[in-house]
Amino acid sequence: MTRARAVAETVTDPELPMLTLADLGVLRDVEERDGRVVVSITPTYTGCPAMDTMRDDLVHALNRAGYDDVEVRVALHPPWSTDWISDDGRRKLAEHGIAPPGAAPRRPTGPIPLTLATRRPVHAHAESVGRDNAEVTGAIRVSEVGVGVTCPWCGSAETEEVSRFSATACKALRRCRSCQEPFEHVKEI
Amino acid sequence: MTAVFDNAYEAIIDADSDARWAFGTGFENPLAGVDTSLPPDVDGADLAAYCLMLGDDALIMSHRLQQWCTRLPELEEEVAVANIGLDLLGQARLLLSRAGAARAGADGIDGGRVAEDAPPDGRAWEDHYAFFRDEHEYRNVRLAELENGDFGELTARLLVFSTWRLALLNRLTESTDPVLSAIAAKGVKEVTYHRDYAAQWTVRLGDGTDESHQRMQAGLDAVWPYVDELFVAHPVEERLAAGGAPDSAAVAVDPSTLRTEFDDVLVHVLKASTLRRPDLAATPGIAGRTGRDGVHTEAMGFLLAEMQSVARAHPEGVW
Repeated sequence: MTRARAVAETVTDPELPMLTLADLGVLRDVEERDGRVVVSITPTYTGCPAMDTMRDDLVHALNRAGYDDVEVRVALHPPWSTDWISDDGRRKLAEHGIAPPGAAPRRPTGPIPLTLATRRPVHAHAESVGRDNAEVTGAIRVSEVGVGVTCPWCGSAETEEVSRFSATACKALRRCRSCQEPFEHVKEI
Repeated sequence: MTAVFDNAYEAIIDADSDARWAFGTGFENPLAGVDTSLPPDVDGADLAAYCLMLGDDALIMSHRLQQWCTRLPELEEEVAVANIGLDLLGQARLLLSRAGAARAGADGIDGGRVAEDAPPDGRAWEDHYAFFRDEHEYRNVRLAELENGDFGELTARLLVFSTWRLALLNRLTESTDPVLSAIAAKGVKEVTYHRDYAAQWTVRLGDGTDESHQRMQAGLDAVWPYVDELFVAHPVEERLAAGGAPDSAAVAVDPSTLRTEFDDVLVHVLKASTLRRPDLAATPGIAGRTGRDGVHTEAMGFLLAEMQSVARAHPEGVW
């Protein structure tokens, strides 16, 4: 690992400061050539307002480490997936009360399945948690996904989604039915 | 690496924080470092026009969603609708930047690299397109610009818009323009959530009380006359979608080929919602010209007046 990469890997996410950009899978590449550093980052969501701050934080961290010539590039392809969050990153999220994402959905080719039901009782479907029960109507698969998200506070699997959207684009809001605490969940994409 | 300041003013003027505030102009180009050269045999002017169509849909719909902020019935909906608007704004920034780079490529300026090219006035392409075009230069479908109604109308509009856009973006992931294909692949993940959100609320309201059912149906009736327009191909779309044999890859998607998927989704959602599919005639354009041709409804001028006022009052302002 180059020294520039080591420096870039210390930079943390502006909205999830317990994670580095490397933990998050946002730091795609760091190239060092003749004193010039080119860093590639990828947006989590296209509208993520933290991109400019990440870019600045990377430039300043590298400047402070003695690299004066730093360019930050955007890499759009392949699109960011929560599968890129490192194991270390997942552990840190859980420690800070944010449920880490499960496996990103595998999208079949053809039309994207529609999800109509989300508040499915968890206990009645224990064996199908995390599985995709798809029904096919015409060209559209309508799926009921029972997401098995564990409460980061008490470890209970009895949790429910309150809102698919939360304080940042990448998180959903959930509530634990055992300890009654609300918590955030990095939603799988 | 959190900086500590003695007071708020010091934090604002911190020399290290020239982009600390995420609003105003002066953003970094969202396509910085992306290879935006034109794919072979693609007309740059057509590609730019196409990107403006898809970018304007996202920008104008995003603006209407932003106008809902502080007016939604529950805090969770505030956050949801703001996030959906933010996703669409992000898509608009990429698409308007891609339009600028394609136009620069068409003009033969430095192979279309947007980093070196800028509009004549020195602004970023995205700002130029968003804030300094006039109504007839906007290419969005009219559905996006309609005056906001009640929450039923918002739900109906979002259901129609995101069902159509998701089908479009999903097909656009196969675009022979690698930039459009990458933008579409990111957008698919986002709009999947938007459609689910709208569909779930449609069911909740439609299959709810008499009052919620009636208002959800009224919302659907209000937007329905603007549905057919979504599936009419503009000549630019026709040219860019013509990849030779059917189903072979092209730059663009012919929207008329999305109708079956759209209808399938709507049939399912409306059935679960106990709503009826409106039987209403399409709102005609002027001499057949509609949003894609720059012919808009009366609501558009007022929308732009608000959206563009700060940028036009302070054309060189950077916050």
